[in-house]
Amino acid sequence: MAAVKLVELAHARSGDKGDVVNIGVVAYDPEHYPLLVQALTAGRVQEHFGDMVKGKVVRYELPNLHALNFVLPGALGGGGTVSLMMDAQGKVFSTALLRMDVEVPDEVAGRVRGRGRIPQSRHPNGEDTHG
Amino acid sequence: MRERGGGARTVRVAGAGGFWGDDLDAPVRQVEEGPIDYLVMDYLAEVTMSILHKQRARDPEAGYARDFVALMERILPVCLERGIRVVANAGGVNPGGCADEVARAARRAGVAGRLRLGVVTGDDLMPRLDELLAAGHELRNMETGEPLAGIRERVTGANVYLGAFPIAEALGRGADVVVTGRCVDAALTLAPLLHEFGWAAGDHDRLAAGVVAGHVNECGAQCTGGNAMPEWWSIPDLDRVGFPIIEAEPSGDFVVTKHEGSGGRVSPATVTEQIVYEIGDPAAYPTPDVVADFTTVRLSGAGKDRVRVTGACGRPPNGWLKASIVYAGGWRAVGTLVYAWPDAAAKARAAARVLRARLDRLGLRFDEVRTDLVGWDSTHGPLAGPPPPDLPEVQLRVAVRGSERAPVERFTREVAPLVLTGPPSVTGFGEGRPRVREVAAFWPALVPRAAVEPFVRVETREA
Repeated sequence: MAAVKLVELAHARSGDKGDVVNIGVVAYDPEHYPLLVQALTAGRVQEHFGDMVKGKVVRYELPNLHALNFVLPGALGGGGTVSLMMDAQGKVFSTALLRMDVEVPDEVAGRVRGRGRIPQSRHPNGEDTHG
Repeated sequence: MRERGGGARTVRVAGAGGFWGDDLDAPVRQVEEGPIDYLVMDYLAEVTMSILHKQRARDPEAGYARDFVALMERILPVCLERGIRVVANAGGVNPGGCADEVARAARRAGVAGRLRLGVVTGDDLMPRLDELLAAGHELRNMETGEPLAGIRERVTGANVYLGAFPIAEALGRGADVVVTGRCVDAALTLAPLLHEFGWAAGDHDRLAAGVVAGHVNECGAQCTGGNAMPEWWSIPDLDRVGFPIIEAEPSGDFVVTKHEGSGGRVSPATVTEQIVYEIGDPAAYPTPDVVADFTTVRLSGAGKDRVRVTGACGRPPNGWLKASIVYAGGWRAVGTLVYAWPDAAAKARAAARVLRARLDRLGLRFDEVRTDLVGWDSTHGPLAGPPPPDLPEVQLRVAVRGSERAPVERFTREVAPLVLTGPPSVTGFGEGRPRVREVAAFWPALVPRAAVEPFVRVETREA
């Protein structure tokens, strides 16, 4: 087994309903969906976010879409215009979840390594990108 | 209804906006770059509603999406010529006022007398709030369980989310343009399908399919490559991104696509990202018309930038409709400054301590004071870990909120002085003093369906 980042296995989108964030996590490869079901338990996600989420995390499964939906109550500092958070509508909350380490079989790790990130050949690290 | 390739009856519903402020030209591209039957636009987010309530409070003729009127003046002639019908919740908190302006726009565009204008109202509960409370409806907050009575005097607006049937009725009575107030976003797309295919209230699976189509369509380009993670760097031509088109069939099956030659991408991955956006239990997505099950949906590629969506299931809706009540929630302001290397994060944190000590010494009371370092932890919080020692720069962001305006106002005068009185290497104060803004707080509540009566008006006006 080897650790990869969730961002290498899945893409995600998040949004708000009041003070609640939902994060939809979608496996890039349908055959990795069972890995996500196993690794991304509601408890594991709760633990990952710690104090960032005040309420109890609930997980829903969408096997046809090889996706999981997490509902995170009390994550937006009151939500809407009450919230003083930069990301008051939870638009990039998804990316905080994609930081999570996930244990996968070695051959899966070998195949997904680097996925979800811009290829180095395209990375904007040249001087011409400043200005 | 059009006959298209293979003789299959399809209706093409084009999504042209996901919020008020979305790509102004998207509706024009949807109309001009290929065949469509309906143009639908969602203008209303909760925050938008609170702004519209304020506008109407200042001016009884205001309170709708003005951009929609200018758009109609621009595209009405071509829409009428090609039989493209428009459905939009641009009416905001004043659908009648919006319709009056659209009628005037039609006259300016030279099509007055040819335009049949539909208006759906009945979502505004504000005039009936006390009647509802007196009848024993407590309008308890769906998140906290508290009854509305505690904040009744601070309520500035109350709207119930209507469904698709009133809009379909307006289409059935010949409306070329239907202006609504608050309705569920998906209703804008579902309504044309109800009208074209004659789906009934009991056709739960087909209604659910229409809700899935509407959910995919309602955020504009967010299902066609905009804000999409999968290989985002390879998604072409986002400067002229194609907005979504739902090609629906009478069975409820539909294809998500965009105009040929437009930018962006439609793939099972981009559509899935939108399906999971802002949902709770995916097996029970509630709307006034049907409870849709997203877990039975299947996606398959159907050619370049075409995704076929099948399998939605639905159950009957319950006896309640959701209402969104807005109330005055105090005042807020956000101040920012930028600190530079070396030790940028340490300087920013030290500055925040200085600021907080001054606010305390002034005796200012806030409900909340929040400090973030933008460029470091403002979105990932503690998950960002400790800042790297060589961070080139960081923006200090201090936000305050309180029930009284005066302390918030004073806070806005305490940020700039840090430039000469706090830690060194600071800039980024060029935008001047922070603005004090009013907080519009939301109170989600349920209203019995029987207490709500949608009203549909369709007429030709000479303006």
